[in-house]
Amino acid sequence: MSTITLDPKIPSGPLADKWANFKAASKLVSPGNKRRYELIVVGTGLSGGSAAAVFGEQGYNVKCFCYQDSPRRAHSIAAQGGINAAKNYQNDGDSVDRLFMDTIKGGDFRSRESNVYRLAQVSTHIIDQCVAQGVPFAREYGGMLANRSFGGAQVSRTFYARGQTGQQLLLGVYSELSHQISAGTVKMNPRHEMLDLVIVDGQAKGIITRNMVTGEIEAHAADAVILASGGYGNAFFLSTNAMGCNVTATYRAYRRGALFANPCFTQIHPTCIPVSGEYQSKLTLMSESLRNDGRIWVPKRKEDCGKKVADIPEDDRDYFLERKYPSYGNLAPRDISSRSAKEVCDEGRGVGPGGLGVYMDFADAIKRLGESTIRERYGNLFEMYKNITGENAYETPMRIYPAVHYTMGGLWVDYELQSNVPGLFVIGEANFSDHGANRLGASALMQGLADGYFVLPYTIGNYLAPVRGTCPDVNRPEFKQAVEEVKERVNRLLSIKGTRTVDSFHKEIGKLLWDECGMARSKEGLEMAIKKFDQIREEFWSNVCVLGDGDELNASLEKAGRVADFIEFGQLMCEDALDRNESCGGHFRVEYQTLEGEALRNDDDYFYVSAWKYTGEGNKPELIKEPLQYEGVKLATRSYK
Amino acid sequence: MNFHLKIWRQAEGKGRGGFQDVDARDIPSEASFLEMLDIVNDRLSEGGDEPVAFDHDCREGICGSCSLTINGVPQGPGRGTACQLYMRKFSDGDTIYIEPFRVGAFPVIKDLVINRSAFDRVIAAGGYISERCGNAQDANDTPIPKTVADYAMDAAACIGCGACAAACPNGSAMLFVSAKIGHLGLLPQGKPEANRRVRRMVAKMDAEGFGNCSNYYECEAVCPAGVPAAFIAKMNRDYALASVRNAVEATA
Repeated sequence: MSTITLDPKIPSGPLADKWANFKAASKLVSPGNKRRYELIVVGTGLSGGSAAAVFGEQGYNVKCFCYQDSPRRAHSIAAQGGINAAKNYQNDGDSVDRLFMDTIKGGDFRSRESNVYRLAQVSTHIIDQCVAQGVPFAREYGGMLANRSFGGAQVSRTFYARGQTGQQLLLGVYSELSHQISAGTVKMNPRHEMLDLVIVDGQAKGIITRNMVTGEIEAHAADAVILASGGYGNAFFLSTNAMGCNVTATYRAYRRGALFANPCFTQIHPTCIPVSGEYQSKLTLMSESLRNDGRIWVPKRKEDCGKKVADIPEDDRDYFLERKYPSYGNLAPRDISSRSAKEVCDEGRGVGPGGLGVYMDFADAIKRLGESTIRERYGNLFEMYKNITGENAYETPMRIYPAVHYTMGGLWVDYELQSNVPGLFVIGEANFSDHGANRLGASALMQGLADGYFVLPYTIGNYLAPVRGTCPDVNRPEFKQAVEEVKERVNRLLSIKGTRTVDSFHKEIGKLLWDECGMARSKEGLEMAIKKFDQIREEFWSNVCVLGDGDELNASLEKAGRVADFIEFGQLMCEDALDRNESCGGHFRVEYQTLEGEALRNDDDYFYVSAWKYTGEGNKPELIKEPLQYEGVKLATRSYK
Repeated sequence: MNFHLKIWRQAEGKGRGGFQDVDARDIPSEASFLEMLDIVNDRLSEGGDEPVAFDHDCREGICGSCSLTINGVPQGPGRGTACQLYMRKFSDGDTIYIEPFRVGAFPVIKDLVINRSAFDRVIAAGGYISERCGNAQDANDTPIPKTVADYAMDAAACIGCGACAAACPNGSAMLFVSAKIGHLGLLPQGKPEANRRVRRMVAKMDAEGFGNCSNYYECEAVCPAGVPAAFIAKMNRDYALASVRNAVEATA
């Protein structure tokens, strides 16, 4: 029996008025009282960095944490292509409603309608804010902002800064944050990793961190805790995430009672550089923006796969996205493009080593626009590709293959971005709310900045206003006990002294998840994987080898803790994928597909958010449902044909 | 491929450190430099030796965590960061020296890991535009010529790795500092604070112990983001003007 009823706290009124209604009725904290509050922000990417900066600007006392050596290195920095906003600067028919519809449809009708509408509404302010803080977006000769198209949209609404949009947006956030650090409102703690959440009287009131240089385990108290710790794509070992990205902050919060929503909704990005060997540590994305000008194809016949590109005449090429989805063509959404690539490779028509690759060809675009235009648009990406593969994509097509890139699932939050644990707020990729079962390109940056700059600073007031003066003392027993538990876990990892490296376990679960909970999932495979995780957990805790000490910089110790959490979390992903007997977005269950091999959704039985409650290590988690309710959108089969 | 590595090992906060000889055998030529270190570390661990500590994160050349000096060159041979360096660039049997960046203002924490927080403090001294989030004017209200936006972007591309300072015989951070001053100072939004910004950031840069520029241009040669050294000249000009203005206004 479920012990929790979830209230998404969706404001009243028509969809377009909800956000204004909410803001009009929300509680405020007066300027003089803001300095009496302590807030903790974990993570300094677009969402965490912007939230910390705004809270500092408003006068709160903020303690901010990141595992990197500087807040400027958070993984938002690696986003290449762009950021969406419904500005309609191109006069091509864009609007808040259209961005909203595209995002809902892109997410295969599994996101929360009211949150997505608000996201589309605030998207326009984000661009204004970024320009004001000096983000050098690409411009046209007249001095106006330039746009390009991204997948899942038929308008050009994506703003960009060469192929380094994430970098420029993050550096904008970092400059705001630095301003507040120098003003003394934000206390920055780099090289700190959050290892536990502290609950006092049922509310989130602090965290436990490990200082990654000295090894010190520290307790920090606050009036509220904001997690902006990113996604869990590294559960798969190979992904486009940075090496340090991990699930620990959100998973530890889950163990303390926060619900984890839709963990099986993961995004496999279609255009990454294919895997080249066992030693490989990460995968590199080639921006989706390349699909504006690159045509994706494989040979029509298996026998041609080994041939040189020049020896395969036009008629023998299968431009499979253009063929299957003529109205979106090469800009079909990510889940669909990835699955199509997998399909042709499964048929034996893949190219390159191991047959796991498809071509992305710029020959036509170069003929049409000239090499210099292509160089201007994507020069750094072509250079990156050449550096990694040794091939020149101006002369020969790129080879690409899907790779894990983003995770739509995350901690459950309501309209205020508050989890079911009062005082715990979750923003950016770490929450679940806006992208449903599939995220559209250039929408992650939009959500990160929306949450941090424009949503949370308004919604947190309802929690903060009534709890003034409740920031607990770190000497309370709850903190002491949590510190002891963290220390015990660290010591346990160091004392096993087994024979297997941490990475060998990470690779093992990564392969298991990729095979059974990746682009195609089945009941049998998932059941097998769930059992397998029990064995892996047991072996990990009896045979992992972590060298060095706890009181110094120790990368294998850090990694061991993260992999231990990935092992438990991987099992949760599989449980979620097994429960959802339908295919939607990035979640493709082979049992549920149309005759043409498209995802077959089941709105009668699965039109809900799956929020999972922790019930003890190794136990099956409890499923709590948040039924979805759509007021403005009619459910439809997603078609990009 | 096989390599002889000479890797800098230094215990945390103590000792002088020194090179450790490590043989790296059977390394695939397609492996990146950091993947080669992963393989070496795995083997060290399996043999009961503590792995080499080094900073790394995105492995896409953009986060700026890489801080290796390879055969005497910060970020190693060729354009780009150490994570974007592939072993096929070396010859079989090569001896490769791997050290941390050598800059007085970046103390070694352990092995190849250094403390670059001096850069964060220089940015905090003025590397921002003071504006309040919430009601900025429409983004297209102020046109910015494409050439200006593009040039600002050339500077803004800096990844903050510190290779410039490590390559400079003077340990100067002027390419890094001038990149931020150039980026913000070129844009209309950054102009109101330009004088204050350049004076404060230069003062902080000096206080952190970075040296001065004497036009070696080693910084430009190693910069993984290709930031042009011309920004240093621009910063010097801005600084001189700002100082004069400040002196005149102060006495006025």
